[in-house]
Amino acid sequence: MTIEEIKQNGTVVACKPRLLNDNNMHYCPGCSHGVVHRILAEIIDEMHLDDNIIGVAPVGCAVFAYNYIDIDWIEAAHGRAPAVATAAHRLNPDRVVFTYQGDGDLAAIGTAEAIHAANRGENITIIFINNGIYGMTGGQMAPTTLEGMKTSTTPYGRRVDLNGYPLKISDLFAQLDGTCYVTRQSVHTPAAVRKAKKAIAQAFRNSIEKRGTSVIEIVSTCNSGWKMSAAQSNKWMEENMFPHYPMGDLKNTVK
Amino acid sequence: MPKVRGAVDINKERCKGCDLCVVACPCDVLSLQPKEVNDRGYHFAFTVEPDKCIGCAACATVCPDGCITVYRAVEK
Repeated sequence: MTIEEIKQNGTVVACKPRLLNDNNMHYCPGCSHGVVHRILAEIIDEMHLDDNIIGVAPVGCAVFAYNYIDIDWIEAAHGRAPAVATAAHRLNPDRVVFTYQGDGDLAAIGTAEAIHAANRGENITIIFINNGIYGMTGGQMAPTTLEGMKTSTTPYGRRVDLNGYPLKISDLFAQLDGTCYVTRQSVHTPAAVRKAKKAIAQAFRNSIEKRGTSVIEIVSTCNSGWKMSAAQSNKWMEENMFPHYPMGDLKNTVK
Repeated sequence: MPKVRGAVDINKERCKGCDLCVVACPCDVLSLQPKEVNDRGYHFAFTVEPDKCIGCAACATVCPDGCITVYRAVEK
């Protein structure tokens, strides 16, 4: 069987999702944002939510998310995505509303909005991309930067006596009564991508069934900010990020 | 015994040459173009040994830009 025959007679097992449009993404080569965008487009298509979902884009690398996935989007002010999502969901209670935020947006400037939206138990999904650095602005230290990690504002490594400890904000979410599902995932291998996809689908189902706030933290890479290649940064993430941000469910009230 | 065969199609203009598919492929089917670049200047991925493909779709699962289409067929 030749390659051409396989393409003509075989089944398509993977392709670009229908909802991911043809605009070239502005993300750096190998950025985890691209993978998360792709799995979001796949899930929304598989759950037939494309006319029934509202995304809230953050300020950060994912600020142009509305250019890439063909659904309804709102662009929020920096850190205010959960507040905007609260309004969007309260005014459209039959819609699924999700926010897509990075660590600068959710864990730094938007901590109050995110914590209080989760504490109110708003029926929204928060997708939190944690790469431990401010990618868009040039690789400065974020609250989630690891101890000893070099960034452009901590060139000798983050010092806890000066800069404090890395913030495990998903653990804070798990303490709140308003959240129903808090999980930490990653997208660096095919198996991890499939698990992250299941977690996001579960979060959307929780939103539809009005169980409370779901938080999906995705531990990601920022190869430009970390000054590595994409493959190296995946390895670095496994060795350094995973011990501090362990994978798995932190809270799941839905059995 | 039926053998599962696969084939991959790469949208070379969308590819950014990040190398993640090359690392993810269990059969060393893919590689980055050593010299040739696409319109945006990236060394895009291509199938260096297309006959080895088993259609597992690991490359497409980790591709950040959705450039890869994977076909699978059973050879009798």
